Amino acid sequence: MKYILKKIGIFLLTLLGISVLVFFAFQVIPGDPTTRMLGTTATPEKIAALREQLGLNDPAIIRYFRWLTDFLKGDFGTSYSYNMPVSKLISGKIAITAALSGMSFAMVLVMSIPIGILRARFAHSIPDRISMIFNQLIMSVPPFFIGIIFTYVFGLVLKLFTPGDFIPHSESASGFWGYLVFPALAIALPKSAMVVKLLRSSMVREMSEDYVRTAYSRGNSRWQVLRRHVMRNAIIPVVTFLAVTLVDIIAGSIIIEQVFAIPGIGRLLLSSIIGRDLPVVQTIITIISIAVISVNYIADISYKYIDPRIRFR
Amino acid sequence: MRHFRKALAIILATLMLSAALSACSGGKEAQGSEQPASDSAQPSLSPVMGGDLTVGIAQDLDDTLDPHSMVSAGTREVLFNVYEGLVKPDTKGNLIPAVASEYSISDTGDTFTFTLRDGVKFHNGNLVTVKDVVYSIKRAAGLDTGTPLIPGMEEVKSVEAPDDKTVVVTLKGPNIEFLALLTAAIIPDGNDPATEVIGTGPFKYVSRSPQENIILEKFSDYWGTPAYVDTVTYKIIDNAETLVMSLKSGVLDLVSHLTSAQVNELGDGFTVLEGTMNLVQAVYLNNGVEPFNNIKVRQALSYALDRQLVMDYLADGRGAAVGSSMYPAFAKYFRPELVDYYSYDVEKAKQLLSDAGYPDGFDMTITVPSNYQPHVDTAEVIAEELKAVGVNVNIELVDWETWLNRVYLGRDYQSTIIGVDASMMTARAMLERFTSDSASNFTNFSDPEYDSTFKQAIACTDDAQQVELYGKLQTILTEDAANLYIQDMCDLVAMGNGLQGYEFYPIYVMDLSKVYFTK
Amino acid sequence: MRKRPNYNLIFGCSLTAITVSAIILGFFWTPFDPDAMSPAEKSIGPCLEHLLGTDNFGRDILSRVMEGAGTTLSIAFFAVSIGATFGTIIGGLTGYLGGVVDEIVMRINDAVTAFPSVLLALVVVSITGTGRTIIIFVLGILFIPSFARVVRSEFAKQRQMDYVRNARLMGVRHTRIMFVHILPNIAPVLLSSVAIGFNNAVLAEASMSYLNLGVQPTESASLGRMLLDSQSYLFSAPWQALSAGCAISILILGFALISEGLGYRQMWRPTSKRRRKVSA
Repeated sequence: MKYILKKIGIFLLTLLGISVLVFFAFQVIPGDPTTRMLGTTATPEKIAALREQLGLNDPAIIRYFRWLTDFLKGDFGTSYSYNMPVSKLISGKIAITAALSGMSFAMVLVMSIPIGILRARFAHSIPDRISMIFNQLIMSVPPFFIGIIFTYVFGLVLKLFTPGDFIPHSESASGFWGYLVFPALAIALPKSAMVVKLLRSSMVREMSEDYVRTAYSRGNSRWQVLRRHVMRNAIIPVVTFLAVTLVDIIAGSIIIEQVFAIPGIGRLLLSSIIGRDLPVVQTIITIISIAVISVNYIADISYKYIDPRIRFR
Repeated sequence: MRHFRKALAIILATLMLSAALSACSGGKEAQGSEQPASDSAQPSLSPVMGGDLTVGIAQDLDDTLDPHSMVSAGTREVLFNVYEGLVKPDTKGNLIPAVASEYSISDTGDTFTFTLRDGVKFHNGNLVTVKDVVYSIKRAAGLDTGTPLIPGMEEVKSVEAPDDKTVVVTLKGPNIEFLALLTAAIIPDGNDPATEVIGTGPFKYVSRSPQENIILEKFSDYWGTPAYVDTVTYKIIDNAETLVMSLKSGVLDLVSHLTSAQVNELGDGFTVLEGTMNLVQAVYLNNGVEPFNNIKVRQALSYALDRQLVMDYLADGRGAAVGSSMYPAFAKYFRPELVDYYSYDVEKAKQLLSDAGYPDGFDMTITVPSNYQPHVDTAEVIAEELKAVGVNVNIELVDWETWLNRVYLGRDYQSTIIGVDASMMTARAMLERFTSDSASNFTNFSDPEYDSTFKQAIACTDDAQQVELYGKLQTILTEDAANLYIQDMCDLVAMGNGLQGYEFYPIYVMDLSKVYFTK
Repeated sequence: MRKRPNYNLIFGCSLTAITVSAIILGFFWTPFDPDAMSPAEKSIGPCLEHLLGTDNFGRDILSRVMEGAGTTLSIAFFAVSIGATFGTIIGGLTGYLGGVVDEIVMRINDAVTAFPSVLLALVVVSITGTGRTIIIFVLGILFIPSFARVVRSEFAKQRQMDYVRNARLMGVRHTRIMFVHILPNIAPVLLSSVAIGFNNAVLAEASMSYLNLGVQPTESASLGRMLLDSQSYLFSAPWQALSAGCAISILILGFALISEGLGYRQMWRPTSKRRRKVSA
């Protein structure tokens, strides 16, 4: 119980730290919401008036605590650019990004684990070498480029989906998931390639350990050894990397959302940073942080189940 | 739901279309390569009423929808279909009566009298009354609050309605151009447009989903020629290549402001129209800092700039060269003789540079907002061109917000590339920013003759004389080489799915009431 | 048993040798001036004069690839070096020591991960201005967390191994255990992380360009920006994208093959070769 409380405490402290970082990052970068709202019609007097109206003239510390108390009360503020409550602005978008992230992560698991194991099982064979080259090629294509190629090949040539025609879940659930398949694949493909590479090398390394030799000498078949002994040890760096990957997918969906014109939080985050829309940025980053820290906690806990020798206090 | 319209095999350049184009001052017909020659032989295809139009836009309207305080050109472009003023611009650049049926300007140039048009309805079904008009203009001019929402509206002294058909706007001083400001949207009395969008335009606002879409619907009680299509959905697609592919896949029916490269990517099967963006793209120089405070340096660089080359690289030669802060579509004021004032001449440029004390050239930085690729490309071409006179250009890409703060408001820069447009159809909107004490004079240009001429021009009550004075202002800008003027960039509009009827305006708007699908 | 040639290492080294020598050659000589524009030679396909064709400004793509690969390689190299060095130190310490230090550092790690790279880049750029060194710095910071996590979990695992316990009982100092005893054991994992990290750094350079925070156009050509710019001409001039894309792939492939080759050799633990014979 104490352990859980401690973890939650640290969790909250981290979130607090991140929000402070974001807040002060906004103090450093040039520009504030008023210039964006006034654009080229801005004059010093207009800016001053608007700053006063938005309460931007107060000291940074006061503004931060004002934001924090509102946030804790559940009031996420109002977007400067869109002039609507942040909660209303992002509620629909979180689900979209979560669906996209979840889908691509599932794809990573489904694709990478079997291939990684197979490649380790048949390490140094011709198929292993050929798939290594493919693996490497997939890894070396930038995400936005994969996105554009996918849009072209699957969208325009094969007509499996209609580029640019995002369908909200409320309109058609199947259309929604169908549209997300290719963006998710575009995210998952290079990530899977990396996981395959790591899983294979980790397993090949374990296969040369003493305990594997012992296992063989006891008459276990190759598959049995792989499954019962090697996997357990080899999976540790893979779990770590999967956590890193999932975090990457959650925090880094901006580009794919842009290429596939998906109205998720990644795109909103980018445009809000560029528009200096602090309330939106703070809320989105808090949500992303919660996801990131949770994923890493889960990874830490799962180490313990995979390998009881590992303990993070 | 949108009906998928199979892209017709035949793409047309119908009679109707060419008629529409010839009427448009900024537009000219697309070059042959995009349109199969056989099309011109096709008979005019008849417009179909109805249909759901999907328009692709590259930037979200992260702006308020309040027509009086919106700032971005993109918002203005969309809301042009929803809101109308007492008058509104037409495709030729004239102001035509809209909510008002007629107007008169007093000889003193400071009193504007409007007669309300009968039967103009708001989108909520109510008739427009003089009360609504007075409220709207007072709101825009900030008569009750003291802060005008629309720049220039501070000149309004009073707005009155002597009877229930007439509205009289009185100014603090004479200003015959003020009519252009009365394109300001008319909204219902007491309405807060930031929360409820009610106008009188051919389309009514339905909904908006940030980063996703904006939906408009045809307003059936519109007083004028009703729109052809039933609904308009603006889809926000910020990746340039995705925009092209969405057009190709048939999701989008119309996309404007395409670059030449995007149109080349599009391939056949689309109607491509060419107009101009109605802005002045230039290397704006900070006239207040070394070395650009020296007129010889500015003139030298003007000679060293090959504008045609910029257009060749960027848009396969499309676009219209300019020589001062006025774009050609503004035909009334535009001075064509200024375009070639500085013809490309490297020797002359070198001579002027050594006269100015820079025989070996110098280093300069061009700060460019990174969100607009054509400006970045232009900067690259200019960097290469200026090498010939020994000027070493360093391009600095910054995000839009940084640009606004550092360059536009802070004036802490050496030079920048941007397109300056007019939010109002007045010459003043283009030329006022170069007066010494203008708050928007980000180039720090200062010339006493310019200032005094400008004062004369705005106070002038005779149209012809005013045009003459505005012409003189442009000439001063050119002679002083205030900036390195380049071009009014080409504006390419692509339409698929048999869409027709698009017309260019001499300001940055998109009129969707005139487009229609064909059988 | 006859020693099998290590094809991965051989191919990897030769590929890298070729690319690196092309890059070095690019410092002194390129077929054309990489920045020289020519309106007459706009977007021409590969031909004898321009082996990889020209771009939309009429610049020779081969020359730009030679220059750009150098830029990209140096950015990726230094960014990964920063990430791997600090990541290993941080991950090693936290994984080995565990406890409060681990918790604190890992949460800082989380903070860096959750902090959007665009915002970080904007902050750094607003303090120091743009440029190549800035990108290296930003990417270096961004790479620390992933290295730290991988190394940390490995250290945490190795810490419980008998050989570490024995070393402890023998009174070996912690630093020596960490860097002399444990580090070589996790070298293969670290190596593949470095290969993946290098891969990501090259791609990140491209992505930073996509967000317009990358190498400035007048600074020098870079593969990332070339690939970005080429996407506008994907159908009308596909050779632009192909040249930049293939250059990126070849660059990454060389290093990846080397890392595979080294991993295969298990050269960090010479005894393993003997064992392989048994298990095979």
